[in-house]
Amino acid sequence: MSETNNNALQPKSASTWQMLVALGGISLISGVLIVLAYETTLPRILMNRQRAIEEAVFRVLPGSTSRATYAIEGNAVRLLQDATHTGPKIYAGYDDTGALMGIAIEAAGQGYQDVIRVLYGYAPATECSTGFTVIESKETPGLGDKIGLDPRFLANFQGLELRLDESQRSLKNAIVAVKQNSKSNPWEIDGISGATVSSKAVARIVNDSAQEILPIIRQHLRQIETQQ
Amino acid sequence: MNTASPSNQSPTVADTFLKGIWKENPVFVMVLGMCPTLAVTNSATNAFTMGIATTFVLVGSSTLISLLRKFIPKQVRIATYIVIIATFVTMVDYAIQAVSLQLYLALGAFIQLIVVNCIILGRAEAFASKNSVFQSILDALGMGIGFTVALLCLGTVRELLGTGSLMGMRVFGDAFEPWGLMVLPPGGFFVLAGWLLLFSWWKRRSTTEAATAGVAMQRTGSHEI
Amino acid sequence: MKSDSLAYIFLNACLINNFVLSSFLGICPFLGVSGKLETASRMGLAVTFVMLITSGCASAINAALAYLGMEYLRLICYIVVIACAVQLVEMIIKKFSPALFRAMGIYLPLITTNCAILGLALFQTAKQYDFIQGIAYALGAGAGFSLALVIMAGLREQLNLADVPDVAKGTALSLIIAGILSLAFMGFAGLGG
Repeated sequence: MSETNNNALQPKSASTWQMLVALGGISLISGVLIVLAYETTLPRILMNRQRAIEEAVFRVLPGSTSRATYAIEGNAVRLLQDATHTGPKIYAGYDDTGALMGIAIEAAGQGYQDVIRVLYGYAPATECSTGFTVIESKETPGLGDKIGLDPRFLANFQGLELRLDESQRSLKNAIVAVKQNSKSNPWEIDGISGATVSSKAVARIVNDSAQEILPIIRQHLRQIETQQ
Repeated sequence: MNTASPSNQSPTVADTFLKGIWKENPVFVMVLGMCPTLAVTNSATNAFTMGIATTFVLVGSSTLISLLRKFIPKQVRIATYIVIIATFVTMVDYAIQAVSLQLYLALGAFIQLIVVNCIILGRAEAFASKNSVFQSILDALGMGIGFTVALLCLGTVRELLGTGSLMGMRVFGDAFEPWGLMVLPPGGFFVLAGWLLLFSWWKRRSTTEAATAGVAMQRTGSHEI
Repeated sequence: MKSDSLAYIFLNACLINNFVLSSFLGICPFLGVSGKLETASRMGLAVTFVMLITSGCASAINAALAYLGMEYLRLICYIVVIACAVQLVEMIIKKFSPALFRAMGIYLPLITTNCAILGLALFQTAKQYDFIQGIAYALGAGAGFSLALVIMAGLREQLNLADVPDVAKGTALSLIIAGILSLAFMGFAGLGG
């Protein structure tokens, strides 16, 4: 960019008109190229995003074959038609007959290195979690990233208790991570030795999200069951 | 910006193409475009994608700039170059999203950061603005392939040592304990330093006598790992 | 610490995910202008200054493009606005504070193609920070960049006196030092947890 300063010294200078024409022409070409690229790739991009979400949702909600997306707005849920909504979202999964299998909830929070984004499944019938997957994390390869890879850790979320208390406003037992191989209650997460901070972070993320979202889901369960 | 421009008046076609790959390799010789070189080479797949994306932007922008070189007034040339480069980067950005979302997420903002890769503006200023379309395309292709090769050099070493696999496939058996550091940021610095040492040792060996080279080789070996 | 609190955003950009040593942004000036302590600190000052402006501009561009529904023009807008902002800042400083201009003037034009600046704008957008959070992020990133540059310059001034094998002189040696620094900065991970 330093060249721009020397421009005044150029011997043969173009007129203002010429510069404007050149800049305008280039902008026009750029605009056409970008819009062309955008229009041709958009369907594929949307399909890819859709597929990525679906894959993750069906992984944490085994048995479901279709889904519906809901936005959480204050204390209410609203059925979304397109995937462009940016606020907090939940995904309801249904089986072939249209019965609600569970609800996949997106959650995020501070990990060891950076923010961890996860998706976990919640089955309202049993008030348990049905699965868990890491969407995005920068945890240390070989140590912290086991939260998304270690089968023993992932097994924690098959039947992790997410029961609400009598007031239906918060969890009966908060989700906590315990030392590896010392899990004794259904609401505890068996941690990973060597990745204590990351496993505790996961417990905190799931707990914070469940405390906030589950009461709302319970309130509007009928609405979600009927896909409205 | 780089100072590399054809020194002799009529370089052959092969020269124009090959210099980017070997003699003026953008990464190993000219040390340009370090940010993507270090940031996205934690796996061979990422490195390859980044190399291809950069090559596309390089070829596209060089072609367009070379085509328009007679119409662009000197005063506004940098501004127009940047707009043209940003256009091609935006196109690549959408193309990668359309091909694979996973790849796009792995590369993150570094696709868009191709805009500020000094190699591209450097080639636009030093070559495409002065040469014919055909030569500019050759030059851009050579530089792009040189960049891709350099990225692959880093990517393969880091992935192999850091995870024990290549392009996602396991190479070493279960007995191999992955050297996790290699896929982390420090690994990028160390592996690139290793390659640079190797290259400077290579260059010296071809210019100086064998006695000095022997000492240097030992040193290189100890630093590289 | 909450992950969207201002203090954490600052710490994250400055130490935990240092722009230079862990995100690999701004490597060119990091290797190029870290020979002397004084130039390094001035470069750091200039970059921090431009980062603050860029962060504000990026927030404004995002709001404008979202309103118009033309997000696909984001990259072009960023790069053009950054280039213009840098030129404008350069002129203003030259006019009103010649002393400050002498301190960081010649570095300003170089900064436009510094990937740390565009990186800041892109990362800030990806993390969906609002205006105030963006400013904190820019301050942290600038501080982190300056810190890395100053440490590196201090080390390299000492290294001038050391006996290094000829092959390792120059970029390779700087990269090895950068790698060790990067290792040290990995120790900051978990600071916010």
